[in-house]
Amino acid sequence: MSNYKYLILRRMTQLSLLLLYFGANAFGWSILSGTISSSSILGTLPLSDPFAVLQMLAAGAALSFDVLLGAVIIALIYGVIGGRAFCSWVCPVNMVTDAANWLRRKLYIDKIERKVWVSRNLRYYMIVIALIVSFITGMAAFEIISPITILNRGVIFGFGAGAGLLIAIFIFDLFVLKNGWCGHICPLGGVHSIIGKYSLFRVKHDSESCTLCMKCKDICPEVQVLHMIGKRSESVLMQECTNCGRCVDVCDDDSLGFTIRNYIKNNQEVTNENVN
Amino acid sequence: MISKKEKDVRVKKEVNKIQITPRRRFLTNVAQGAGLGVMGGLLWAGYAQKAKGSVLTLRPPAALAEDDFLRTCIKCGLCAEACLHRESNIDKETSKPRPATLKMAKAQDDTMIGTPFFVPTEVPCYMCEDIPCVPVCPTGALDETLVTNKQSGELDFSMMDMGIAVVDSNSCIAFWGIQCDACYRACPLLDEAIKLEYGRNERTGKHAFLKPVIEMDICTGCGLCEKACVTEKPAIFVQPRELALGKPGDHYVKGWDKKDQKRVASQTGKDMTTHAKRSEEKAADYLNQEISYE
Repeated sequence: MSNYKYLILRRMTQLSLLLLYFGANAFGWSILSGTISSSSILGTLPLSDPFAVLQMLAAGAALSFDVLLGAVIIALIYGVIGGRAFCSWVCPVNMVTDAANWLRRKLYIDKIERKVWVSRNLRYYMIVIALIVSFITGMAAFEIISPITILNRGVIFGFGAGAGLLIAIFIFDLFVLKNGWCGHICPLGGVHSIIGKYSLFRVKHDSESCTLCMKCKDICPEVQVLHMIGKRSESVLMQECTNCGRCVDVCDDDSLGFTIRNYIKNNQEVTNENVN
Repeated sequence: MISKKEKDVRVKKEVNKIQITPRRRFLTNVAQGAGLGVMGGLLWAGYAQKAKGSVLTLRPPAALAEDDFLRTCIKCGLCAEACLHRESNIDKETSKPRPATLKMAKAQDDTMIGTPFFVPTEVPCYMCEDIPCVPVCPTGALDETLVTNKQSGELDFSMMDMGIAVVDSNSCIAFWGIQCDACYRACPLLDEAIKLEYGRNERTGKHAFLKPVIEMDICTGCGLCEKACVTEKPAIFVQPRELALGKPGDHYVKGWDKKDQKRVASQTGKDMTTHAKRSEEKAADYLNQEISYE
């Protein structure tokens, strides 16, 4: 059971947020209303998706103070606790792609399929393209295709034909590219990587106790961030780490655990990172 | 020993072999990346233009002009939730909540996904006095100032401007001479937005026409008339103003109307005369000229 601690916590967070959103529309709850693009806590405190706001600014929208404040609040929250915590603890699409990944492992698809290589930096190019397209077309470009908001709105207001996109992403992640959407393409993940670059909560590896079983590398959706496994005792500092805690869950040797990043004694870690 | 000829061939092959320099590799990679980016961007932008959807969409009250609305709406759905949970939203007959007027567009709807809109034949706008859908908007896509009375500083539902009702006088049975004032009675701005024009029915010689006429400056486009219309497909229906209304332009001014003269005040000082080839001469000149039409 302890192998699923963070997974269960994450699912509970994701589902209870969806429940709060759903209840706001269905029953008039006011704890968390709106959608993941922009919400309101108790009808007063605004929260907004910083990437959506960026796109809208690129599209030339004159935005009111509320939505800008909401974006700053969200950026600050994830900037401090972050490390892409949004992706693994809040984003509902994470459940879709995790399901695809689970089925991949069960069906041994990784062992059989022809490997397709796509750069994991694609998401950062997607950010740039999204902003350029927003600027040219005068509308938030990613928001019209985002499966994140389609799934979120689907739960709250009912699914439409947009559900097809979610099935497509599931199939893409299952058969075409491992961690294809969340780990390569999603520009919102890219934005949260950048926002959470200096965040405090980090997974720390202890190579002394590591038995090199590599379970963590099998399960990690951003496997490149675990480059230190079995080599050096250091924190996972690459910005793409989603803080999902699956590596901590599956580790039988207590070699991985969440810590608060120590900026004061961080010099050694920084030099280690530079060596890589 | 290699003959001279063979040696020449070898040298030639050596020359023809393409050297992949680091610079060539770098430039190719850059071109490839840029090409992929431009291709994706073009597809994306092309889809975005389509995703704007139909201009026939009716937006919530106090929405900005469609283009500005599309770039400013963050698709949060707070307006739709406020619409569903408004206090006035109880069906008097069943004492249950009515469905919300505002719907959030799904992929199959003919407007940009995730944006709020309404279809009067399904659920019209009930024109709540407190306009709950507007103040909750976090971005300003629904602009409170558009429905705020400047004198009193309070929200004024009569300032809503979602669209305008249009009567198809061919299908409206009131225009046939049959008595029907369903739309007139349903209008929340009774006898203001829809007025009845009385006329004599020459066909029978003893009946009256009571024809509904829309007051374009007053109608808010709530759609209660469309919902109330008794014909199989409503003969009175709401359309966005940009679509249903014409525009006389600045050349045509009601000289008897001070308000209308203000409308073109910004144009004073500009040359408003039409200049054609013919107007270069004086009228008397070209009237006296012989013109050959070949």
